[in-house]
Amino acid sequence: MGGYATYVWSSYGVVVVMLAVMLISSVIGGRTRDRELTALEERVGPRRQRRQQNDPEDTRHDA
Amino acid sequence: MNWFHWLANPARFMRFAARLQPWIMALGLLTGAAGFYFALFASPADYQQGETVRIMYVHVPSAWMAMFIYVVMAAAAGSFLIWKHPLADVAAQAAAPVGAGFTLMALITGSLWGQPMWGTWWVWDARLTSVLILFFLYLGYIALVNAFDDPERGSKAGAILLLVGVVNIPIIKFSVDWWNTLHQPASVARMDGPSIDPSMLLPLLLMAAAFKLYFLYLLIVRMRGELMARRIRLLHLSDVS
Repeated sequence: MGGYATYVWSSYGVVVVMLAVMLISSVIGGRTRDRELTALEERVGPRRQRRQQNDPEDTRHDA
Repeated sequence: MNWFHWLANPARFMRFAARLQPWIMALGLLTGAAGFYFALFASPADYQQGETVRIMYVHVPSAWMAMFIYVVMAAAAGSFLIWKHPLADVAAQAAAPVGAGFTLMALITGSLWGQPMWGTWWVWDARLTSVLILFFLYLGYIALVNAFDDPERGSKAGAILLLVGVVNIPIIKFSVDWWNTLHQPASVARMDGPSIDPSMLLPLLLMAAAFKLYFLYLLIVRMRGELMARRIRLLHLSDVS
């Protein structure tokens, strides 16, 4: 690398690390929310069904 | 325009995006692999800058992405404020950390290129300073949209910040022409065509395409996450009501 190896490889290293960090954090963030949403739907879903069975006039729903 | 309206439905958009995702990934990996190969091994050293020119193949596409993502976010902010499309707000918020990441990449690789070529890591000239301001705009936007108890107010405040901050984009682009700077002027996006040799233009364009596809892939992943976060908020609200 003509005496500039430190600068060139550091640049590529920074780029690869940053790209990886962006991908990993996005995927992990998505999975965490997916798990949270599934758990919440299992908890809230049946309760809302019961509520509507007891009170058919109850039209509360999420958008 | 009708097609855009059809796609503005979040569930429909995510189904469409999920179908596109593997293709984006395959094309991104292909252009990325070719880009890295040409950038590091199959392109010549510069007659003046020697091997450090290889830093250009990651620095310049990162800087292009930093500006491109900001413009995409500003356009999304505009359509959110005018047409109240929630998906536009989701897109802007999902893109922001990726934009900040690419801006940081441009700043760090630029510094690593500046030291051997200019003899300094940093100068407070118009180009470098305006890109640093762009980085702070990204961080400011992320902080602002999360600073309100009512997410709707955060989204609106953030969208206004994005639209105001877009004035920085032409300043970045033309800073090298308007003011004295150590930074070299444009050599690809010029009125009289690229002044760069095709052997160096090829890896540059391949890396630029790979970075765009990478952004698109991340955007889809992050938009899905953001939509889930909103549904979680709604369920929490309906749970306590």
